[in-house]
Amino acid sequence: MKMLSYKFRVFVVVICACVFSQGAVAAETLSIVKKRGHMQCGVSQGLPGFSNPDDKGNWVGMDVDICRAVAAAVFGDDTKVKFTPLSAKERFTALQSGEVDMLARNTTWSMHRDTALGVDFTGVNYYDGQGFMVRKELGITNSLELDGASLCTNLGTTTELNAADYFRTNNMEYEIVAFEKADEAVAAYNTGRCDAYTTDQSALYAQRLKLTEPGAHIVLPQIISKEPLGPVVRQGDNQWGDIVRWSHFAMVNAEELGVTSKNVDTMKTNKNPAIRRLLGVDGTFGTNMGISNDWAYNIIRTVGNYAETFERNVGKSTPLGIARGVNALWTQGGLQYAPPVR
Amino acid sequence: MAEWTPKPARPAPASTVGFVGWARRNLFATPGDVALTLFGSVFIIWLGGVLIDWAFINASFSGDDRTACLKPVQGACWPFIDAKLGQFIYGRYPEAETWRVNLVFFFGLAGLVPMLVPSAPFKSANIFFLLGFYPVFAFVMLTGGMFGLVPVETTDWGGLLVTLVVAVTGIAASLPLGILLALGRRSKLPIIRYFCLGFIEIFRGVPLITVLFMASVMLPLFLPDGVNFDKLMRCLIGVALFSSAYMAEVVRGGLQAIPKGQYEAAAALGLGYWKTTRLIILPQALKLVIPGIVNTFIGLFKDTTLVLIVGLFDLLGIVQFHFTDASWATPETHITGYVFAGAVFWVFCFAMSRYSIFMENRLSTDRQ
Repeated sequence: MKMLSYKFRVFVVVICACVFSQGAVAAETLSIVKKRGHMQCGVSQGLPGFSNPDDKGNWVGMDVDICRAVAAAVFGDDTKVKFTPLSAKERFTALQSGEVDMLARNTTWSMHRDTALGVDFTGVNYYDGQGFMVRKELGITNSLELDGASLCTNLGTTTELNAADYFRTNNMEYEIVAFEKADEAVAAYNTGRCDAYTTDQSALYAQRLKLTEPGAHIVLPQIISKEPLGPVVRQGDNQWGDIVRWSHFAMVNAEELGVTSKNVDTMKTNKNPAIRRLLGVDGTFGTNMGISNDWAYNIIRTVGNYAETFERNVGKSTPLGIARGVNALWTQGGLQYAPPVR
Repeated sequence: MAEWTPKPARPAPASTVGFVGWARRNLFATPGDVALTLFGSVFIIWLGGVLIDWAFINASFSGDDRTACLKPVQGACWPFIDAKLGQFIYGRYPEAETWRVNLVFFFGLAGLVPMLVPSAPFKSANIFFLLGFYPVFAFVMLTGGMFGLVPVETTDWGGLLVTLVVAVTGIAASLPLGILLALGRRSKLPIIRYFCLGFIEIFRGVPLITVLFMASVMLPLFLPDGVNFDKLMRCLIGVALFSSAYMAEVVRGGLQAIPKGQYEAAAALGLGYWKTTRLIILPQALKLVIPGIVNTFIGLFKDTTLVLIVGLFDLLGIVQFHFTDASWATPETHITGYVFAGAVFWVFCFAMSRYSIFMENRLSTDRQ
């Protein structure tokens, strides 16, 4: 018996060693990607504005755009990326097993995930947070006025716990009406079963479109939890992590410097040294990362700057109609801030 | 002497024949029946009215985005189905290449229909076409990369194409595998018996989701780096093994219903094990369990929707996937989508079910 359990332990250790030795093998993501000829990017199985299909079945969205940006940086061609739709459960396993090279799957950057799962977050491409949607006729403009409200939400999620914490902290009465699926919760809110519907703010805007009269509802500006969403890479491959990190920073820097997909070619002759460095006219910032010096030029030419991807996918002109809010540049009172290219 | 002739029989009372008689016997026999009939008719008329209102009168039929489906009283949002139909059938299969999928569908139908009609000639050529030529043909056409066809990766497949590929492969693989497992489980050779027993009990004791999840997520962790075989292929194998375990138990039910006398009679004629099984036992056993077999097929067909869990988009998966397109988000979009997907599944399952009844009647030689 003793013998058997020892053998079993050895077996487990060997299996674990096999699993974790993958990390060491995966250190050369860039050369693997280059050899393969395309990047493999893990996205959601459909989230409006972040990764969803258009009528032709092409992937579009903010998360999709960051994947395209990385492909543009590596290959100079934003189409050299393939998307793997992943469920929330399998996303980290897929990243670790090398099935995908990066994740852009509206994944919240939390300490546990960053430190305990063997993955690294490279930045925040969308600052999300839990919010509330209410009927306009209630005349509520601040979530602190929700005392005594009944809340429709999803069962057993952190959403439910966050709401409970928030109401208790502010000494407000509340009643939670939880549903198994988001569609049920929205339908219940639509029929007037609850006063408010609560989930991540970006999703509130998407769910609002499914209501009978979207115009009769408002998303309150207050946010009660921090949900910074960003791209994720395997831990231990810093070069690849840098490329993904700076692909996002390049888009934010481009917005700050006024470089867009339309004017990027004329901007190449601009005298501003910050723009010249960004577009690879001066310096060797690309080759330092192991890619070409016009990496950022390729990103902006094909995908656009951060403002362009935001407005195209979730902004005011889209059905979602989300305002920049905290996702505005730091110069405009938001949180999007990129270190300089120099 | 006058010959006695009976008076011609009077016709049955008008109230006992024809529609009136039928209705009196079946619908209005007792006060309770009258009440139920009235209640039932009112319910059917009400339900029919609601459905017609929803599907036709209040529905939208044309439009390019969600604004077409935002009337104050909105029924079905058919433009959504119209705009996405190509996606629902082919998934992300390149548009220029969909003729290949159509050709595969067409040849499948052309091979299957004469196979299913008992009076159609050339059965053995037909079997060769379906089991020998067709799988190779479908594989080459769908994946491409040969004969100048553009390669199409299975990650781009989706919709009805994936549903049919998974279901047909599962159905085609599960019957022979199931028969072998059922025979193996009743075998006198202990190694074969215990292997089959273990296989059946393990796969039957684990949910299909777990099998798929293991196949798609865990397997790559144990394979050496760089070895990564196709996700759809992994799912096909998982589904085939899973359904063959179920099929084995259905077939075993048929085998156990065969009286011992049949085996003894076969032995008395000098038939060996394989001849007994092939000529005497299986034809009788399979005939007995046709309802069970078709039941498993139908269950398998609907279980294909579970491949969504590993990131493959079958018909239902891709319909749900397209709900997330914000330019089509309306209160009616997902209802319309589910009704569409349900209708397609129903057509396939109902067809299988009717064919199984037809086969049962044709093959039943006794107990009539």
